[in-house]
Amino acid sequence: MTLGYRDYLLQDKFPLFWCPGCGNGIIIASLARALARRGTPPNRVVTTTGIGCFGKADDYLATNSIHGTHGRALAFASGVKASNPELTVLSLMGDGDCATIGGNHFLHAARRNIGVTAVVSNNLNYGMTGGQYSATTPAGQFSSTSLYGNPEEGFDLCAVAEAAGASLVARSTVYHVGVLDRILDRALENPGFSLVEVMSSCPVHYGRRNRLPTPVDMMKHWRDHGVPKSRYDAMTEEERREHLPIGVLHETSRADFHSRYAHVQRAAAGGVE
Amino acid sequence: MSDKRTFVQGNEAVVEGALAAGASFFAGYPITPSSEIAEMAARRLPAIGGVYMQMEDELASMAAIVGASLAGAKSFTATSGPGLSLMLENLGVAIMAEVPCVIVDVQRSGPSTGLATKPAQADVMMARWGSHGDHSAIVLAPSSVKECFDLTRRAFDLAEEYRHPVLVLSDAIVGHMREDILLVPPEDSNPITRRDPGVDPRDFRMHSDGDDGLPIPLPPFGSEYLVRANSSAHDDTGYPSADPGQARKTIRRLHDKVENAVHRIADYEVIGPEDPDVILVAYGATARTAEQLVIDSPGGLRVALLKLRSLWPFPADAVRELVGETPVIVPEMNLGQMVREVERILGPHYPCYAYNRSDGQAIHPDELAEFMVEVIS
Repeated sequence: MTLGYRDYLLQDKFPLFWCPGCGNGIIIASLARALARRGTPPNRVVTTTGIGCFGKADDYLATNSIHGTHGRALAFASGVKASNPELTVLSLMGDGDCATIGGNHFLHAARRNIGVTAVVSNNLNYGMTGGQYSATTPAGQFSSTSLYGNPEEGFDLCAVAEAAGASLVARSTVYHVGVLDRILDRALENPGFSLVEVMSSCPVHYGRRNRLPTPVDMMKHWRDHGVPKSRYDAMTEEERREHLPIGVLHETSRADFHSRYAHVQRAAAGGVE
Repeated sequence: MSDKRTFVQGNEAVVEGALAAGASFFAGYPITPSSEIAEMAARRLPAIGGVYMQMEDELASMAAIVGASLAGAKSFTATSGPGLSLMLENLGVAIMAEVPCVIVDVQRSGPSTGLATKPAQADVMMARWGSHGDHSAIVLAPSSVKECFDLTRRAFDLAEEYRHPVLVLSDAIVGHMREDILLVPPEDSNPITRRDPGVDPRDFRMHSDGDDGLPIPLPPFGSEYLVRANSSAHDDTGYPSADPGQARKTIRRLHDKVENAVHRIADYEVIGPEDPDVILVAYGATARTAEQLVIDSPGGLRVALLKLRSLWPFPADAVRELVGETPVIVPEMNLGQMVREVERILGPHYPCYAYNRSDGQAIHPDELAEFMVEVIS
């Protein structure tokens, strides 16, 4: 039986509960298409989520799931994948989940190069709780808890993932859906840890406080800011400040956790106790 | 390994018990006085095709054993008080999503970092109530190396039967003492194994009960059944639900499946004369102190010990029946935790006394004997 993207979605649970103009629906549709292209049956896929707007993503996916605690999606996923490396394991997180409260698990999942695909919907703020600043909100930007401008710098999640050891690091925006489709294919193929960061729209909380009040404003913002890595690399420092590189940003063939652990198991079984 | 008598440490016996129960996955973060459990798990598990994962903290350790259990492995972790404090968050996920797993807490003296290498029994109430929200708890407490093996072994069975996390509350004395025990090899151990739910996958309801009244067997991720483990309030398929009626049903079910099984879970032993002058109700390392008084009969008193091997759900009926009208003393290495439960079930006028010590030191038989002779004579 050929699987279509609808086989990965719980369409009877539609409409999506997210606000009009939210980018999350675009991301799960792209993910469903990528899973269908790969042809992994839904019962062989495990989706782990935490808490927050994108933490509700598993509500619309026809896969196995763990809807866990805030920030811990990757920790649950690590246990699943280490226990059964044959499963396709996804962690769907927002920037609050992944970069902020779950930052430690993110670093270590990347360091272990565990075979989990982390898909981060980065909308630059905490949407679920009313638009407070997160660890990816850029300095100077406004939120419900940075009314006078954010005093903190935001993380560049892709740079963090690369430094921590992720074997595939990629970024897209919710405007660049073709890019998103392609990088999800690459991530699902990667046996080690993949980060797919998706710059996402939150017009209701983030946009309206930062001169991007409508869904269209936010889409135009992503259209104008996302540029292919090759073009970004050729830019001046000044131009780079106004743009974000998209596509696959980093890829290595570093051994994944599972092939290394298989070696440990062989050594332990053959060794003298 | 063949059937043999061996001289091992309490913490090592925990791992032997886990292996006898069929455990194949450990995730943890090293902490004194539990670290030998992690070390031995790291040595033994990969040799049988299992996995030892050293996580970045105890939050991740608890999450990983829940994930591994859902993937089909019998999983466990080990820690001490400061680590259990962190595990409480995801212990709640295991309770809410009904995921079997085992947590061993080798108690040390607190609060906070406390006396890191010294024993205590001060996590009794954290084990029962620590994770937020209404929930039940299954907690076992070994007082010997043999019981470290036996109770850890049983903890896995209880976890599978009730689909509930089970805590083994050891302590720095029991964990580090060495005694000889007869190990039951895993192949002779007959642990409870995961069964197929036996229903059409389309009709599988993760939070329903089987014909035996116990939660329906949990199929592993990757089988033909779809499993939705949900920390949010959910219906019986695991799908989120904000309906108050559904929430009432879910919370009640999670609570009652354990509390109504107290007679099946309860594990205790009475040691000493049938007609004692005083009964010591004790658990863990303190039960060993109390046992010495049974042998010594200080002040000519006939002393019996009611040793509790299961603490929660509290075996109230059994304790009430066993003590009759005999005076009771509850010695503990804390400022009085289990004694509150004993007092509560015996009533306000019952002669029930607490002997407490909370300074990282074991209770010596002489000090307990002196206290006992003073209050009972």
